[in-house]
Amino acid sequence: MPVERIEGIHLGKTPEEIEDEVERGVLLTTLDRAVGWARKQSMWPATFGLACCAIEMMSTGAGKYDLSRWGMELFRASPRQADLMIVAGRVSQKMAPVLRRVYDQMVEPKWVISMGVCASAGGMFTNYAIVQGVDTIVPVDVYVPGCPPKPEMLMHGILRLHEKVRTSGTFR
Amino acid sequence: MAHDMDAARDELREDDGHLRDPRTGEFREETMIINMGPQHPSTHGVLRLLLELDGETVIRCKPIIGYLHTGIEKNTEYRTWMQGVTFVTRADYLSPFFNELGYCMAAERLLGIEVPERAQIIRVLVCELTRISSHLVWLATGGLELGAVSVMLYGFREREVILDIFEALTGLRMNHAYIRIGGVLMDLPDEGPRKIREFLDLMPRRIDEFDTLLSKNPIWLERNVGVGVMSAERCLELGVTGPVLRSAGVAADLRKDMPYSGYETYDFDVPVRTDADAYARYVLRLEEMRQSLRIVEQALERLEEVGGPIMVEDPKVRWPAKLTVGPDGIGNDEEYLRHIMEESMEALIHHFKIVTQGVSVPAGEVYQLVESPRGELGYYVNSQGDHRPYRVKIRDPSFVNLQAIPDMVEGSLVADTIAAIASLDPVMGGVDR
Amino acid sequence: MPVDDIAGRIRGSYPDVVVARGEVTVIVGRDELRDVLVWLREDPELQLGFLSCVTATDHPDADPRVWMVYEMRSMARRHRARVKVGLAEHDLHVPSVTDLFPTADWQEREVYDLFGVVFDGHPDLTRILLPDDWEGHPLRKTEELGGVNTRYHGAFIPPVDKRGMA
Repeated sequence: MPVERIEGIHLGKTPEEIEDEVERGVLLTTLDRAVGWARKQSMWPATFGLACCAIEMMSTGAGKYDLSRWGMELFRASPRQADLMIVAGRVSQKMAPVLRRVYDQMVEPKWVISMGVCASAGGMFTNYAIVQGVDTIVPVDVYVPGCPPKPEMLMHGILRLHEKVRTSGTFR
Repeated sequence: MAHDMDAARDELREDDGHLRDPRTGEFREETMIINMGPQHPSTHGVLRLLLELDGETVIRCKPIIGYLHTGIEKNTEYRTWMQGVTFVTRADYLSPFFNELGYCMAAERLLGIEVPERAQIIRVLVCELTRISSHLVWLATGGLELGAVSVMLYGFREREVILDIFEALTGLRMNHAYIRIGGVLMDLPDEGPRKIREFLDLMPRRIDEFDTLLSKNPIWLERNVGVGVMSAERCLELGVTGPVLRSAGVAADLRKDMPYSGYETYDFDVPVRTDADAYARYVLRLEEMRQSLRIVEQALERLEEVGGPIMVEDPKVRWPAKLTVGPDGIGNDEEYLRHIMEESMEALIHHFKIVTQGVSVPAGEVYQLVESPRGELGYYVNSQGDHRPYRVKIRDPSFVNLQAIPDMVEGSLVADTIAAIASLDPVMGGVDR
Repeated sequence: MPVDDIAGRIRGSYPDVVVARGEVTVIVGRDELRDVLVWLREDPELQLGFLSCVTATDHPDADPRVWMVYEMRSMARRHRARVKVGLAEHDLHVPSVTDLFPTADWQEREVYDLFGVVFDGHPDLTRILLPDDWEGHPLRKTEELGGVNTRYHGAFIPPVDKRGMA
């Protein structure tokens, strides 16, 4: 019976009772869990490709790794339609204000993945030009290490974010 | 940002305060300034264009760059010569091996060392594979920008095959730091030649598929033919090289003109077109992929015959650590560790000196040119006889080629701007460094 | 054309020519720069018409402090030559060659941006890689590498271990 496999929906009943409930068309859960589950299933990332990591991000979206398995193949060009920003690559001092502006344009609730060491902490580029960690500009939910991270690593980061989205409350 | 646009508009004005149409010379009152980028899906990364539009027509275009300025050149001055490889490989991240090759060849010429033949062949092999993978990304992103989403999926599918080969050879999919001063890091793994052969069998068919899918596709023709035209004279004035120059009828290819790494001994052609538009560059790049396959095949044949070292023997230059694939995937060679720790004091001293200080390069300056997928890639390297480079300047083809954008798009439609930029194939990591 | 022949040919007009590592370097004064580049381009033997690269090196304790480097290439003759101009510290000005070689436009702007060399006669000498309101010229040897503490817009970024979670 597929009903009992719906994650995060606490039903508090035995499978037999669930079947009875479903037959009556009633499903019990908390609002938080239902909303978290729904949000997790429909994340739309904004395209924020900057450098090398952007190419790996595109590979992740392409055929072999196929982000559409999680319903995320739809990279939105407009930040207004996106709820996830994947900062893929080094952020220069010149780009930083733009990045913050794009982030501000995204609607709540929104999440940020910092992809690669350059975005996470400046990486090997400890110099005048690069922002030493994108968390100084926008709040980051998941950091993905690597230079660049392999698509599997980015997918792992995305799945961890899904977990976070599913279990965090309706209002942030 | 608004004040930038006002400033740009003022800049475009004539002295009498009017805006002039560059084609007809007539005065215009109502134009619109549009800011395309730096975060725009169709500009190949963080490129920003200020476009002045009269309806759908681009009257003037001003590219603004620097949004990915990484300070790579400054960073190399603070690191050893060996570490420099890891920085330059991240400049133009779609053709990492070309950056490594240019930098290492410049350092080798300063040191006055000859690289063993087997290493030269491996270098050619990986560079030509990179040329194919780079052109595949151009096809994928260019196709995506023109609405051909399936082309994007196909392009990345083929590229994954090459990245698998690179991962087997170097341990990394991108940013390999595989070509080192004096040779290459490791010899090919046992399954390397087999993987490359499989790719050589697969790829010609796939290029033919691209050909069938696009070359006579009415939409593709409509979007590309006659778009982004640049004459050979103007290309040379603006320093534009690579496929854009070759699409205008000039058979300029550094692999033929100033051969390096033994390119003069390989049999390949330099494709040339004369239409000088985006479609000509598309046809040209498909043909370049076929030619690269020819070179890869020849290099693979030579590797079967040519054995020997893949790094110079001089202990003052060669990277001492030997890597072998252990049970955990990769690691230090146990035999070598025993040699330096138990048997030879001299070997330990050399190991210690080169790992802590790196190579000491005699004073001097060289300018090394290689033919990257985007054109003439130059490395001006200046040494003051230290363990660190004094100055590394990357003459990146994307940076110089991008100056051609205004010439290509002024007077054409906004939609053609996208096709023109795609045909130029700039990589912002190389432009801004 | 062999390197020694190139050097010999140039030496006839501009005597200060160095040959090292198979490359020809012509050292000229600032006032001669435009003339020598045109001469190299127009000379029927040399035909060095393609300006490949414009860059600079900085030597803080030496005179001249900044060396401008112009890499010339001949597509037809398949050879190269380099032109160098030394600039004194108190007078970092050099004539622009943008009108002769349009490719120099962005390359000169880059040198201005990163080294602070002023190109007289350049049509639009503004910063190209760094933000417009940046202070200093980062590729000068006297400028530090930077990194953890940036000084752009007075922003202070603490070391990684001292950052709170955002």
